[in-house]
Amino acid sequence: MTETTLDTPSHRWWNSRALSRFMRHRLAIIGTAMLLLLTLACFAGPHLLAYDELFIDLRARFSPPLTGDHYLGTDPMGRDITARLLVAGQTSLLVGFFAMILSTLIGTVIGVVAGYYGGRVNAALMRFVDAFLAFPSIFLLLALAAFINPSPVMITVIIAVTSWMEIARIVEAEVKSLRERDFVMAGRMLGLSNTHIMFRELLPNMVGPIIVAATLTVARAILLEAYISFLGYGIQPPLPSWGNMLNGAQQYLDSAPWLAIVPGITITIAVTSFNFIGDGLRDAFDVRSEPT
Amino acid sequence: MARYLLKRLGQSIVLLIIVSMIGFFMLHLTPGGPLSQYALTPGMTQETIDRIAEQMGLNRPLPVQYLDWVWRLVQGDWGESYRDNQPVLSVIGRHLFATLLLMGSSTAISIGIGTWIGIRGATHRYSAFDYVATVGAMVALSIPTFWFGLVGIYIFSLELGWLPAGNMYEIGNGSFLDYLHHLIMPSVVLALVNIAIWSRYMRTATLDVINQDFVKTARAKGVSERRVLMKHVVGNALLPMITLAGMQLPNLLSGALVTETVFTWPGMGRLFLDSLGYNDYPVVMGLLMFSAILVLLGNLIADLISAAIDPRIRLS
Repeated sequence: MTETTLDTPSHRWWNSRALSRFMRHRLAIIGTAMLLLLTLACFAGPHLLAYDELFIDLRARFSPPLTGDHYLGTDPMGRDITARLLVAGQTSLLVGFFAMILSTLIGTVIGVVAGYYGGRVNAALMRFVDAFLAFPSIFLLLALAAFINPSPVMITVIIAVTSWMEIARIVEAEVKSLRERDFVMAGRMLGLSNTHIMFRELLPNMVGPIIVAATLTVARAILLEAYISFLGYGIQPPLPSWGNMLNGAQQYLDSAPWLAIVPGITITIAVTSFNFIGDGLRDAFDVRSEPT
Repeated sequence: MARYLLKRLGQSIVLLIIVSMIGFFMLHLTPGGPLSQYALTPGMTQETIDRIAEQMGLNRPLPVQYLDWVWRLVQGDWGESYRDNQPVLSVIGRHLFATLLLMGSSTAISIGIGTWIGIRGATHRYSAFDYVATVGAMVALSIPTFWFGLVGIYIFSLELGWLPAGNMYEIGNGSFLDYLHHLIMPSVVLALVNIAIWSRYMRTATLDVINQDFVKTARAKGVSERRVLMKHVVGNALLPMITLAGMQLPNLLSGALVTETVFTWPGMGRLFLDSLGYNDYPVVMGLLMFSAILVLLGNLIADLISAAIDPRIRLS
């Protein structure tokens, strides 16, 4: 009952139509490959480098990429950019990943409850969603970030707190369309609790749209971290993140443009990968393309 | 129309109330809160902080503080800036024009280019152009706006020297052309993401319209392809874009904040960041509320325009 088995030739997930459609999506495959490479580089790479992300090479300050033994050059303090970029990637990817988990949880619970109960509960919760959407997310994020202790955990939490609304809306719409179906009626007649029907019967039918939205949320979370860290209110040095590596880059734009170019391209590659994968998943799960 | 207007107005007011609650409670419940400015001052004892809290009325129960704050907000008393004791509303007012100028010109660019790409993508579906536009939009949505700005400054200001790297006008100049010269780069940078969004939605909307019966009828009557496109398709496809413009307002404001920071543009975004730096709590709170009100107002206007054009919306 909990799985849509009609369109799958077998119960094995690797035989599923969704997977084969995903594999035929060229951009999604490119995105997956880029992301795997990037993750591998960020988590395994730092162990293979000659310098760690905090080592200060005073004689090689401001060295441009591909000179000496610093592959991507050094920053104004003489720290190796390759090492910093990879360690920063760990921070940024983890913040993005956990912000996605948290915001998907919040959004799913609110969406399911709003959609299932309908009526006043729905009206109240969905107005709450609308109100959150009225704030420009960066304003809200910065205001929160400025008043808290900006540890990576807190940054993750506030990014999640400002990005769950999309998922709540998607889930609410799905639940609304499903809640009058026969299997829900059957569940009620069997005397299953509302919680059981909501999370064990209804939720498994919306895995597709949720996964698609969650993938795009990672992309968004990585960008948001970059924005607030660039502005100085996100992840704090000496812990590097892709955003805070760009923090001081503007003042050296003339003399050391690579300080800005290298992390920026990396962020773009990471976010593009997630957007490509999200697009592929959307086709694979056959989710209607642009929500209106 | 009057009924629709009243209904939408009522909804906006309810939303505004919830927005004010979220804004107030979020900032007051975060550790530190309005007193964080004083807590960091050296030599500050807990007693002094408690006294300041009492003077500012921060020791009262939160709901009481909230009601007091809302009541003063409604009367136009948004508090005074900690920095120069100016009323918050007039401080915001002085920065409003620059932001609206930036957002306006950037929206004009993104609507112009975005709709063109979208329509062409839909009429030449699965062509090389469509493919490049699709992939290009996804990449454009992945580029951090501020970084695109930095690259722009590097290329067009530092290397080529064609455009200024920041500010809204040259001191002592300030002519129309001078403003325009300074406006080009920030508005193009801010437009990039929106071009991507507009082109995607316009493509979908055009495809929706292109297969409808009235378009087929027009074609069958022998109306030229160009006329069908311009008169029947584009007009109808543009209608949902009005609502989209309203929905995109929060993102546009967020983007403007970041763009203004990179280009030292003297708008609301820069003001917000400067105020954060000074822990200027009333201005931060004021800007947060002001931007949310601006968004709600924008959405309301967008919906009213759509309803005025399309009777189906106001009657449903």
